[in-house]
Amino acid sequence: MGWAVALHGGAGVPFSLPPEARQPREEALRHCLQIGVKALKSNMSPLDVVELVVRELENIPHFNAGRGSVLTNKGTVEMEASIMDGNTMKCGAVSGLSTVVNAISLARLVMDNTPHIYLAFDGAEDFARQQGVETVDTSHFITPENIERLNQAKEADRVQIDYTQPIQNDTTKSETETPFANGDSQLGTVGCVAVDSNGNLASATSTGGLVNKMVGRIGDTPLIGAGTYANELCAVSATGIGEALIRGTVARDVAAMMEFKGLSLKEAADCVVHERIPKGTVGLVAVSAAGEVAMPYNTPGMFRACATEDGYSEVAIWSDAIIE
Amino acid sequence: MSGWAIAVHGGAGVDPNLPPHRQQEAKQLLTECLNLGISALRSNASALDVVELVVRKLETDPLFNSGRGSALTAKGTVEMEASIMDGTKRRCGAVSGVSTVKNPISLARLVMEKSPHSYLAYTGAEEFAREQGVETEDNEYFITPDNVGMLKLAKEANTILFDYRIPTEKCAGTESPVKMNGLPLSIYAPETVGCVVVDSQGRCAAATSTGGLMNKMSGRIGDSPLIGAGTYACEVCGVSCTGEGEAIIRGTLAREVAAVMEYKGYELQQAVDFVIKDRLDEGFAGLIAVSNKGEVAYGFNCNGMFRGCATENGFMEVGIWE
Repeated sequence: MGWAVALHGGAGVPFSLPPEARQPREEALRHCLQIGVKALKSNMSPLDVVELVVRELENIPHFNAGRGSVLTNKGTVEMEASIMDGNTMKCGAVSGLSTVVNAISLARLVMDNTPHIYLAFDGAEDFARQQGVETVDTSHFITPENIERLNQAKEADRVQIDYTQPIQNDTTKSETETPFANGDSQLGTVGCVAVDSNGNLASATSTGGLVNKMVGRIGDTPLIGAGTYANELCAVSATGIGEALIRGTVARDVAAMMEFKGLSLKEAADCVVHERIPKGTVGLVAVSAAGEVAMPYNTPGMFRACATEDGYSEVAIWSDAIIE
Repeated sequence: MSGWAIAVHGGAGVDPNLPPHRQQEAKQLLTECLNLGISALRSNASALDVVELVVRKLETDPLFNSGRGSALTAKGTVEMEASIMDGTKRRCGAVSGVSTVKNPISLARLVMEKSPHSYLAYTGAEEFAREQGVETEDNEYFITPDNVGMLKLAKEANTILFDYRIPTEKCAGTESPVKMNGLPLSIYAPETVGCVVVDSQGRCAAATSTGGLMNKMSGRIGDSPLIGAGTYACEVCGVSCTGEGEAIIRGTLAREVAAVMEYKGYELQQAVDFVIKDRLDEGFAGLIAVSNKGEVAYGFNCNGMFRGCATENGFMEVGIWE
């Protein structure tokens, strides 16, 4: 046993991602990993650690959360997040935020300071003001890259998971084909899971959602059991096509397979990602009470990083991991 | 073919002092809902159509806490939410923060079938409703005098309340020994509605609808629209939950029933009993469920749940208490 931390910056990265897009993101992952490791080493609780790391990821405009969130079909930002404490099973979630700098922290406040679990849209924004969290003009979150992505998506006239490449082809999608199957990338969602040396677990996930999504669309990220889950066995944060993660109750299923089928963390995570959810739709990071880490994905790549107490650490995008 | 089965609920957590005429009213409505569902099943309607049909009826009737008769937010308005799931391909649809749509469950179905998404909320959901041309009413249509009175009481007590149907004079004096979410049962009676069905082809579906908590913060979302928490359906079963929203969300209750059936091979009743007994800790909740084998089951760990169930082989039951 020992501590462990894992984080992600979204699944679905195509192999063709150019170096100028790769490098800042790898750096960012490395930076966030170091923050998480340092916090765990100084005995910060996993719940505080995952919030801290996700705040950092939200502030980095390269990922689809907080600043850098993708845009709705009206060119606006609607951010959502959730957090869960594996010890107490308490959780908090928010959706439809447009001025709150750190959605994950608001989710935490919903958990800690209200008798509710989930607040959304105007009500969540009102709550943010009551709580005095940092808010800014919504333009702060909107980046030129995302305006471009929205334009491209509108041209292609389809809902896109976030992408960094211009659309390669215009073949009509069948209902079963996913955006990833034809090479579109996806920078959706950030998340972090952590466990301390006492086996306390926590998970946090945050996102801007889908490019060109309908106003009011809620994805898997704020849904406990879909994008985020933690109990006394494991903590999971997932990313991918929200609709698939919701129907597959992905985060919960990893824990359920461990509990009800006696699978190990890795077996359960692999089973959920590779056998139970359509290819090209999901990735996740997970840690177990025993300090193990799993980071499976069924898309071309997933921005991810992890570290464990025994000194292992990794920052990676595709299957050739960069061992630090 | 194992035959069809249907179950319907009108909320878990009932004051033992609920006046007899109110109990009668509730049982009457549950019976009507069952009959409506049974009639549809006998003419081969799909599980998905039946759950929507039955929940629409429950939403339209002001008796329980959904659609017309929904609990009120702190602002005195109505914010309704609902979700529906088709077990066959686990397609799902959900809405929250709906304030003018006459039947939120039907809007949830349209999200599932006519939008690229699974869940729409607030302004976005209302816009979608207009695009789809669903029936809408002014917010006042959904507000009943009973609920206006209850909101006043709740504000005076400065607590979040669950829907109730006890007259206020009784409320003040009654010392109920049982509490839910910190409140005496005399002023707590959550009446989320739901329906689960397995049709004659073994397809399962589930639907849940609610106005939420009395005096809730505007923007508060509960378990009812959350797939895996308040509603779930897959190949093997359909589940709809009611009770303390927080407990249902943390316990991913509806999904849990299916998970132990799938991963531990439990039968339906066994799964329901396990989840109610083991997954609720200090939380209070109830649920109804059907299996693709034509079975129906329910369970609750609190004081009473408004429910009704029926199976093709002639079994029929409507109840409130244990």
